[in-house]
Amino acid sequence: MKVLMFGWEFPPHISGGLGTACYGLVKGMAHHNQDIIFVVPKLWGDEEPLADFVNASDVTIDYREKRFKKFWKNLTYLEVSSFLVPYLGPDEFKKYTDYAIHDRTDVDESVFSNKFEFSGKYGKDLMMEVSRYALVAAHISKNKEHDIIHAHDWLSFPAGIAAKEISGKPMVAHVHATEFDRSGESVNQVVYDIERAGMEAADHVVAVSQLTKNIIIKKYGIPAEKVTVLHNAVLDASIIKSSYQKKVPEKIVTFLGRITFQKGPEYFVEAAKKVIERDPNVRFVMAGNGDLLNRMIDRVAELRMGTKFHFTGFLKGDDVDHMYAISDVYVMPSVSEPFGISPLEAVRHNTPVIISKQSGVAEVLNNAIKIDFWDIDSMADAIFALLHYDGISKMFKELGTEELKKLKWEHVAEKLITVYRKTLSKKS
Amino acid sequence: MRTICFYFQVHQPYRLKPYRFFDIGDDHHYWDDFLNRSVMRKVAQKCYLPMNALLLEMINKYNGAFKVSFSMSGVFLDQLETYAPDVLESFQKLVATGHCELLNETYAHTLAALKSKDEFQSMVKKHQEKIKKLFNGYKPKVFRNTELIYSDQIGAMVAEMGFDAILTEGAKHVLGWKSPNYVYVNSIDPKLKVLLKNFQLSDDIAFRFGNKGWDDYPLTTDKFVKWINNVPQEEETINLFMDYETFGEHQWAETGIFEFMRALPDAVFSKTNFTFSTPSEVADKISPVGKIHVPIPISWADEERDLTAWLGNDLQDEAFDRLFEMEKLVKGIDDDDIQRDWAYLQTSDHFYYMCTKFFSDGDIHAYFSPYDSPYEAFINYMNVLSDFMIRVKEKLSEKEAKVSDV
Repeated sequence: MKVLMFGWEFPPHISGGLGTACYGLVKGMAHHNQDIIFVVPKLWGDEEPLADFVNASDVTIDYREKRFKKFWKNLTYLEVSSFLVPYLGPDEFKKYTDYAIHDRTDVDESVFSNKFEFSGKYGKDLMMEVSRYALVAAHISKNKEHDIIHAHDWLSFPAGIAAKEISGKPMVAHVHATEFDRSGESVNQVVYDIERAGMEAADHVVAVSQLTKNIIIKKYGIPAEKVTVLHNAVLDASIIKSSYQKKVPEKIVTFLGRITFQKGPEYFVEAAKKVIERDPNVRFVMAGNGDLLNRMIDRVAELRMGTKFHFTGFLKGDDVDHMYAISDVYVMPSVSEPFGISPLEAVRHNTPVIISKQSGVAEVLNNAIKIDFWDIDSMADAIFALLHYDGISKMFKELGTEELKKLKWEHVAEKLITVYRKTLSKKS
Repeated sequence: MRTICFYFQVHQPYRLKPYRFFDIGDDHHYWDDFLNRSVMRKVAQKCYLPMNALLLEMINKYNGAFKVSFSMSGVFLDQLETYAPDVLESFQKLVATGHCELLNETYAHTLAALKSKDEFQSMVKKHQEKIKKLFNGYKPKVFRNTELIYSDQIGAMVAEMGFDAILTEGAKHVLGWKSPNYVYVNSIDPKLKVLLKNFQLSDDIAFRFGNKGWDDYPLTTDKFVKWINNVPQEEETINLFMDYETFGEHQWAETGIFEFMRALPDAVFSKTNFTFSTPSEVADKISPVGKIHVPIPISWADEERDLTAWLGNDLQDEAFDRLFEMEKLVKGIDDDDIQRDWAYLQTSDHFYYMCTKFFSDGDIHAYFSPYDSPYEAFINYMNVLSDFMIRVKEKLSEKEAKVSDV
């Protein structure tokens, strides 16, 4: 079986969880000796050679192919009608859209005769990249032999659809996150439309959690039997023994992630205040960046806990490991988290975790305290308990690591192969 | 008698280095030595050295008829000793002429006057000692508070310390119809004279001099002399208070600011009945006209002439309150490093960087800030302060341990 897979990013060059999940999945598939053609908008050359990588930026489009022009017409609609930058807040968004309105008037045929250098990022030309990516996908699907198409998240759904239309092979749409997770109820209609079109065009849909499956059924009208839940796994379940030492006497409670609506940072701040009132010997750390950062800083100052609540900015490399290593409690208060890999990383560092019930990871991790994201009293209670009652945290440390060992990408890949088989048999 | 009184503020803060959360509890050196040194050297070349040379030349040329006054913060003097002994020497030469008055301020350029009388007075004394040591036993008679911050209460504290006079802003909302060109007295303790900045004429030089969009550009000595001749005859003193960095730094040499100053005394002596005086001479010779009432503190900053450049938003208040919570603890610690950092952390600039008044005066704030945003300034300061708190607590417990040993 040959799989033609479309992603958006691949380690080491990633900006979110999507790349990490794709990596794990591809690695798991390699374990089962599956042939994968993995297409990304931009390759950097230092990716691990786990699949037959195709760099979309290297593909020259055959402009004589009439069917391509049809796609392009549909896709240019996307490109000019939406100015979407997923990880920006409204203010920055406006700056970019103003720019884009004046900048984007050149939809012409030149795209057919040239290679297009993708950035592979989530920048202001995202929609243009998404649509050109689809065009490249059509070309690849015409020239590379494959049995099934697998597209990851909405960014590559148009690519999956285009590939399917050219080769006629069945398509699996893999949903790592939905627009409802990213934006709450104020969804971007264009993104929603692409997501829905992708899931409808797909022969089968894979969701990263039951939580996500429910959203897919409820908000996108996809029949339940068409959706399979495949939870994410961890690449390496071994415990990380860090030699990095904490330099402050107090215990440390950590939030690590993008500081955006989806991640629920404000609930962490409010819970911190409640804990500090009861126990001043704690430091809280909010690591990451995002459009709510300044609002969080303001709130921390307003609550007068500036010497107990710290901001590190965006962490990379070793600093991420150091942060996990010196944390006594890790909190992920996400408002809506399709999966959420970071608590598992915390477990690997022997750090007990508190996760919101509104996260996919809550479905696989039993040895964690689960709370509603909005319930700051329970969150504060849980933090206090993990800091003071060694019994629970000790138990979590021991059992949590056992649980991790069961979350293997090989198992996920195995289930995915079953999904492929069923999909292929239905199709034929 | 009609006179012009020049006072120049000379100050550079000890800027913090980028100090991360991971540094807390580990790295106890907070200061950006490289940046502080570079700023000092740059300003020395553009302003301090050439302007000091010019002033020395002018004082000598007019045989003392031209005179000026300086207030140099303790943190500035500390940096001079470390980074610019050549500049220190040139200031010492100016003071040695006897026609260059030095004012007393707080050592740390602190906002302590608003928070703690104890700390304020100890910072004033510390500054006094510094001046005495560096300038051949000099003892200032006139006081100027950080950023010309003044209120009736602050005035009373200063009077209690035995000063003859204090300098502040001639803020419109305090003066109303009154003119800044008289000597006033503090409303609680009338022994203390209050000299007010003529902000119109001061800012013509300090802010507008090189502004080509200004109606009166270019400012010539003829024009300036005409303006001071227009001041009613009964008004006796024109107090021109400004940052010393006006000369060559805020107003570049190319604007002609040095030539303007060089030519000013001749123009004043030949075309007006004005002389030049230092603040203590003004306070001595000119009789006060009445009390000035300032129940709410004023300053010389921004359009509002209030405290909002340093205090008032949540970031600033949180940082300031947390810092001063440490006052009592720090007092009990006999450790040079702790005392030095405690002083340097008080410098008003740290709070100025946290100002969020972006839309009116933000450009001025941004110009002076080493940070991209007030939020970054806050985060960095709080990280440093957190480490400082840890050190203070450690020192105190060491001390307790020793006491219990005895």
